[in-house]
Amino acid sequence: MRVSVSAPVSIAIGTLLVAPAAQAADLSISVEIPRINAAEYHRPYVAIWIEDANQKSVADLQVWYQQTDGKEGHGTKWLPDLRQWWRKSGRSLKVPVDGITAPTRPVGKHALKLDEKHPALAKLPAGTYTLVVEAAREVGGRELLKIPFEWKGKTPSIGKAQGKDELGLVTLSAKP
Amino acid sequence: MKRISILAAIIAAAIPLSAIAHKQWLVPSSTVLAGKDAWITVDAAISNALYYPDHNPMRLDNIVITAPDGSTHKPQNPATGKYRSVFDVQLEQQGTYRIANVNGGVSARWDTPESLAAAEAAKDNPAPAAGGMGGTPRGGMLRNATAEDLATKIPKNALNVQVTEGIGRVETFATNGSPSDVAPIGKGLELVPVTHPNDLFAGEAATFRLVVDGKPVAGLEIEIIRGGTRYRNAQEEIKATTDAKGEFSVTWPDAGMYWLETATTDSKTSVPQARQRRLSYVGTFEVLPQ
Repeated sequence: MRVSVSAPVSIAIGTLLVAPAAQAADLSISVEIPRINAAEYHRPYVAIWIEDANQKSVADLQVWYQQTDGKEGHGTKWLPDLRQWWRKSGRSLKVPVDGITAPTRPVGKHALKLDEKHPALAKLPAGTYTLVVEAAREVGGRELLKIPFEWKGKTPSIGKAQGKDELGLVTLSAKP
Repeated sequence: MKRISILAAIIAAAIPLSAIAHKQWLVPSSTVLAGKDAWITVDAAISNALYYPDHNPMRLDNIVITAPDGSTHKPQNPATGKYRSVFDVQLEQQGTYRIANVNGGVSARWDTPESLAAAEAAKDNPAPAAGGMGGTPRGGMLRNATAEDLATKIPKNALNVQVTEGIGRVETFATNGSPSDVAPIGKGLELVPVTHPNDLFAGEAATFRLVVDGKPVAGLEIEIIRGGTRYRNAQEEIKATTDAKGEFSVTWPDAGMYWLETATTDSKTSVPQARQRRLSYVGTFEVLPQ
């Protein structure tokens, strides 16, 4: 099961608007990695997951990290820098995970669309959840954004959050 | 003034497990780790400021590293400097490592007519501080003594014999991957986690239990101080007291390394010459930001 992470967010939302109501539920997310002027720039580690009303992680959607050996050891060494994700899910997860873990991504907007058959969403009951996006950059900062949403609600659930430092605009659209 | 400081040094030397001693600590370079080649380096010292080595290095002879599977390991790459000792720990297994310095047993100190005479002479002609523990030498001492040692190794002309017994534990924790349960020791004064010691976050409450020989102790007073004392005017200590279950809770005001100390005494001595058993506990706990 793969997640498509390629189409710009505008196309994802456009598809949503014209889609017939009878189609399966899905989740479209866009995460912007901002351009940062730094003498030493490394692409951030990013984790994207879903929390329930008790702030427990119920589904990992994406984890972007350096998946190879570098000069300073294997990239997994720095996964705890995504410290909320590490605490809630990462430390009990055996990486890599097919369809969830992926290499770090460059500056720009990254869209992903998951349908209700995706393993992360297949068993998710209808209800209120929070999308959490956490980014941590080597010799840089860390930022965490949250967007509440309704999964399989009566109407489409749309939300956004604007990062200040390590993240740009994050948008979410949950189609019932 | 001088005499008072010498007296204080003598008292400090004579009662190594007392709360009036300087702060002992082990500080790990990190406490939350991941990967197949996870290492930490640990500082070990006895100081006034937290966590700045400014007094004495900790002796590494009694450092015990307990891996998640219960096996024990020696420190790697140990070194002792003027103010601080350091060593490495490789976290080969997934789970929580306990790194502890455990001192204890029966010790004895005494004067002899010769040592008292020397001390008297030194009083009239004070020598410059020699560094180290300082204080005027006593007639002799025994560490880790048995009942037989006490009967045979203390000279017949010994005066002011002091026999003390105690167990002092200084420890910290680090976790590779998911935290695992910390097995109780069952001997001496120890902290039993209710909240895992590597799962501490600013603004959240943590609960711990204090036990002596495995049994909860009510009414124990705990002092908690965040590191970085050099850069603030007050110690900002947090006080807590154990309840009937031996438990106490603390809500961490900020992220940082926290030094936690408690001590007590009881009468469960193994030799009749020791009037009481001194028990002390020091832990270093890392609290992460939200």
